[in-house]
Amino acid sequence: MSQVDLSSGCGPTIACREAFGQALLELGREVPNLLVLDADLGSSTRASVFASEFPERFIQVGIAEQNMVGMAAGLALAGWIPVTSTLACFASKRALDQVRASVAQPNLNVKITGGYSGILAGKTGITHQSIEDLAIFRAMPQMTVLAPSDGIETRAAIRAAVEYRGPVYIRLTRDPMPTVMPPDYVFHIGKAVPMRSGSDVALLSTGWMLLPTLEAATILSGEGVQATVLHLPSLKPFDAEAVVEVARHTGAVVTVEDHSILGGLGAAVAEILSERMPTWMRRVGICDCYAESAPNEDLLTKYGLTPANIAAQARELLASRTASRA
Amino acid sequence: MPPQAHTANAGLDTHDMTRLQGEALAIRRLVLKTLNKSQAGHPGGSLSAVEILTSLYFQVMRIDPAQPNWPERDRFVLSKGHASPVYYATLARRGYFPETELATHDTLNSRLQGHPDMRKTPGVDMSSGSLGQGLSVCVGLALGAKMAGHAYRVYCMLGDGECQEGQVWEAAMSAPKFGLDNLTAIVDWNRLQLMGTVDEIMPTHSLPGLWREMGWEVLEVDGHDLMALVKVLQAPHSAGKPLALLAHTVKGKGVSFMENRVEWHAKPVSGEDLKQALDELSQEGAQ
Repeated sequence: MSQVDLSSGCGPTIACREAFGQALLELGREVPNLLVLDADLGSSTRASVFASEFPERFIQVGIAEQNMVGMAAGLALAGWIPVTSTLACFASKRALDQVRASVAQPNLNVKITGGYSGILAGKTGITHQSIEDLAIFRAMPQMTVLAPSDGIETRAAIRAAVEYRGPVYIRLTRDPMPTVMPPDYVFHIGKAVPMRSGSDVALLSTGWMLLPTLEAATILSGEGVQATVLHLPSLKPFDAEAVVEVARHTGAVVTVEDHSILGGLGAAVAEILSERMPTWMRRVGICDCYAESAPNEDLLTKYGLTPANIAAQARELLASRTASRA
Repeated sequence: MPPQAHTANAGLDTHDMTRLQGEALAIRRLVLKTLNKSQAGHPGGSLSAVEILTSLYFQVMRIDPAQPNWPERDRFVLSKGHASPVYYATLARRGYFPETELATHDTLNSRLQGHPDMRKTPGVDMSSGSLGQGLSVCVGLALGAKMAGHAYRVYCMLGDGECQEGQVWEAAMSAPKFGLDNLTAIVDWNRLQLMGTVDEIMPTHSLPGLWREMGWEVLEVDGHDLMALVKVLQAPHSAGKPLALLAHTVKGKGVSFMENRVEWHAKPVSGEDLKQALDELSQEGAQ
């Protein structure tokens, strides 16, 4: 895929959950066998947008995520394309064995969406944050795992997931953020998205962390450090070739994710590079701890998910590499 | 051509009964041989379900073994997936695959896995094995059938021990909401589980009461009486309500030293056990 043109700057701010609801609505008009199942969180996730136009294809299962996923498996067996809607924390933990045994193992055409992912779960705290979902679903055979960034990519990812035949987990974000993807963006499962070229360091992002990663690249550029930014919204299948290529090109890689540094993007990149292109690396993410409840900005600052910290990690990485060669 | 359904009021004549009894006996023998060969698996909960599966697959369900994926077929999900030996024996007798293939159960590259796998075994409508999940799948299947205008019925078999899983009751609560009168849950009520009696492990005040309060039509039946099973499964039921059929069964049914013995939940069947069991069944068959 050709590099995304960022010359026009950021587009309008779109709330990712609104993009999710709109995507369901659009797909509902095109795909007559699309169903949405909700475990009483539709007004939060915005699955409710679909319900307003397609009440007969909106299935309210109540606060019962395990039954929701099992029902989705049965509906898939009956020829429907079910999309389940709940928070990422519940999709990946409360209903985990149902996803494994009733969806992934029989390889059924169910789309599992996880809203409010990472630590951006409002002020709800650690029970509602989800910092392990990528690790969990990435480890599951036959699963496809997607983590789109802005509203445009969210909409495109939902479309790609529905068009794909098989189980998919889509990690979603709630909050409004500026759009960086072009309006005609098409999501390609399994492909990385080159966002910016630079030869000094590669910044690799997934999910909404693309935005602070791009800002970090701007900060570094102001200091004379030219960063490549490679976005990886498809955690599985994973674009290993693109990762190896940017590692070869820069010799220094920083991964960035609103997720534990264990098992997610950082782990996927380390797995690939340690086998194919051993490379100096840093992982920015949640450092194997549960966070806390607080305003988003405060959380992001304390747990290091900021452009300033990404840039600092890149600088420290380059300094370490230089020192090791001295 | 789609197969003909057995009509609801046809009843069973002597010929039918002889045929069903013969199938039940053959299935019981195959279960024991399969378990002896694999030296693994679950004899007790397989033998308790023989007549239930016989009545479904040889009389009640609209199916066509020549077209395992026929879209209008009735569906069956073995939620108590550890009873796979009786499931496979039934499917083999019904013609989904050769009886000789039962000897491959639990061996490398077999189509017959330890727990049912819909991607490997012809006739298996849904994979199962992690207890408590099958009824939710059947709720989805039954709802999906209704929404798409299909007339097929969905049958789910659960164990009574399995009903300790919370998800069973999430599913049980949801089926009446969707008016799933095309769904039948059959509980193999044999009163034993791996570590002891169900009453010792986790008693319920009233199993029928639990289902009834969730909004199901509840019927009880002798789960080894083929005539009664067929009759109750083919009878018309309350419109708008799912049916819970609580089948009183004996774990290890048909083999004297296995009946009502908790250790036979999951114990390898030795050569000696097999010989004695088959001898007993031969005598029963001769009667």
